[in-house]
Amino acid sequence: MSTVPPALAAAQFAPPRRWPDISFRWLAFLAACTIVALIVLVGWELYHGAQLAVKKFGFSFLGSSIWDPVADKYGAWPFIYGTLMTSLIALLLAVPLGVGTALFLTEVAPLRLRQPVIMIVEMLAAVPSVIFGLWGIFVLIPWLRDNLFVWLKHGLGFLPLFQGPIYGVSVLAAGIIVAIMILPIITSVSREILRSVPNLQREAAYALGATHWEVIRIAVLSYARRGVFGAAVLGLGRALGETMAVTMVIGNRPEVSSSLFAPGYTLASVIANEFTEATTDVYLAALFELGLVLLAVTILVNVIAQLMLRTLAGGGTGKVN
Amino acid sequence: MKKIILSSLLGLFAVTAASAQMLINGAGATFPYPIYAKWFNEYAKVDPSVRFNYQSIGSGGGQKQILAETVDFGASDGPMSDENLAKAPRKLLHIPTVAGADVISYNLPGSPKLQLDGPTAAAIFLGTIRKWNDPAITGQNPGVTLPDQDILVVHRSDGSGTTYIFTDYLSSVSPDWKAKVGKGTSVNWPVGLGGKGNEGVSGQVKQSPGAIGYIELAYAKQNQLPYAAMKNSSGNYIEASIASVTAALATAQIPDDFRFSMVNPPGADAYPISGTTWLLVYQEQKDHEKGQKLVEFLKWAYKEGEKMAAKLDYAPLPDSVQARVLARIDEIKF
Repeated sequence: MSTVPPALAAAQFAPPRRWPDISFRWLAFLAACTIVALIVLVGWELYHGAQLAVKKFGFSFLGSSIWDPVADKYGAWPFIYGTLMTSLIALLLAVPLGVGTALFLTEVAPLRLRQPVIMIVEMLAAVPSVIFGLWGIFVLIPWLRDNLFVWLKHGLGFLPLFQGPIYGVSVLAAGIIVAIMILPIITSVSREILRSVPNLQREAAYALGATHWEVIRIAVLSYARRGVFGAAVLGLGRALGETMAVTMVIGNRPEVSSSLFAPGYTLASVIANEFTEATTDVYLAALFELGLVLLAVTILVNVIAQLMLRTLAGGGTGKVN
Repeated sequence: MKKIILSSLLGLFAVTAASAQMLINGAGATFPYPIYAKWFNEYAKVDPSVRFNYQSIGSGGGQKQILAETVDFGASDGPMSDENLAKAPRKLLHIPTVAGADVISYNLPGSPKLQLDGPTAAAIFLGTIRKWNDPAITGQNPGVTLPDQDILVVHRSDGSGTTYIFTDYLSSVSPDWKAKVGKGTSVNWPVGLGGKGNEGVSGQVKQSPGAIGYIELAYAKQNQLPYAAMKNSSGNYIEASIASVTAALATAQIPDDFRFSMVNPPGADAYPISGTTWLLVYQEQKDHEKGQKLVEFLKWAYKEGEKMAAKLDYAPLPDSVQARVLARIDEIKF
């Protein structure tokens, strides 16, 4: 802790007396409070609206696979499974692609090529969710059904993941579409992280005799590990909540299946599909409870990610490994 | 600067003073939205002093809003349940406006004209009949070669009046369906994929060989999709059309409170999978002027509006039903 000259120290801790400073502090504090208040309010409203269902089903709601509006029996398990599966597939596809693109943009691409590629990636982020859904229905699904899924079944059919009838609409198709949608965010954030790696690290690795790839692996990626992980978590956050594109290509069937070719259902999709026509009070409360579950899953995933971040070394600790 | 503020304020007052029209709000079903929109548009020419604002948020939303009295009238594709009706603060009237039909569309090579009866349709949607060349289907379609292909069932993923009419029909023709699934705007489908909206179902059916799904007649006609002729309770195979739906309405058993189901009605020319849509209006209107304007609109809708229904592929109510409805509208007090 470096010593601070006495005059400066006094100025740092003196309370602000001029009204612009005071009002700025209060406005900034209010802004922060508003955000926290919003999240708490959303959680409270969801909890309040879900009371009927919580009282009726208790914790078995999370494990039950029945979704029967006529008999008024509801369960969240197929939706939780669908949400987690599509997000996982999306991450597995988008993170290598996104980080790869970011590496290309910061390490490999000639300077003139960088701006156009960055622009194109950012345009992908601007495409609305519904457009992806429409493109999915009319272009992606037929191609998947007649080509990719057939090859996967032919080549990897011994795995239970790739068995079963092929409809086109499936958990895998939804995962692919969500991967395309979270790609821009992962690429942009990773690019910023990789750019912030100090050149000193790269130069040091070169000086030790590393090849280009070894420099990237040793000096850049291990330094940027935490940031790239943070980019993946941002992408995951978007993937968990993706609604319109997913509901158009996932098949909307509340069922858990071991096959990736089977249709599924996600928490966000079922709420979007059934909320307006929910006629009984328990039905509405069950949908509210699904919203609460989605909020809880998102928070849980973020907490786990934060815990994992702590165990990850990197981000300027100076360690070379 | 002050001049600009003053003049814009004056302008704002002028605008609000000029548009001192009465605004009557409604919300509810999506199925009749096109015909209601046309009615409101035409009625504005008849009586410019009142403007109608309708939000098609779904039947469930329409029922909730009218119960909470946040709108002046509601609209619903399915009749309100007794449970919900009991929550109304005053007597709530069901006013049927137009009728539509559900058709069963399919994707087979050559798009042959198929004939199906109720129990077969129920078995297909239950998953007990799995292949197109099942004897139950081929038996009813002697001239058609049906492939040895799996049937891919497509249903609605969103809650909808179309589903209500279809499941109501299947419940009435198949005790198996009634016990296992039942009827509702959303049900627990035993098999099949869910598509969002009529567009989702028809898109899925069009793209998947061997698929079968149910959609609204208006939608099927406008998109030129093949659909099956259904066997009605008199034993005739009838194709869905405005005439056959009107015939179904004419012979349906309509109780006094107009909460009726018109699936599988008696009548030689009736199409069995038909349903009507209702406006939900309180018998005692709180606001005198709004109530008066609403009643005038309703009477106009029955005398003039019904004539516009056929062009938009809705079936107008037959004269006998119209007379009864007009009598009910006369009971509205304001």
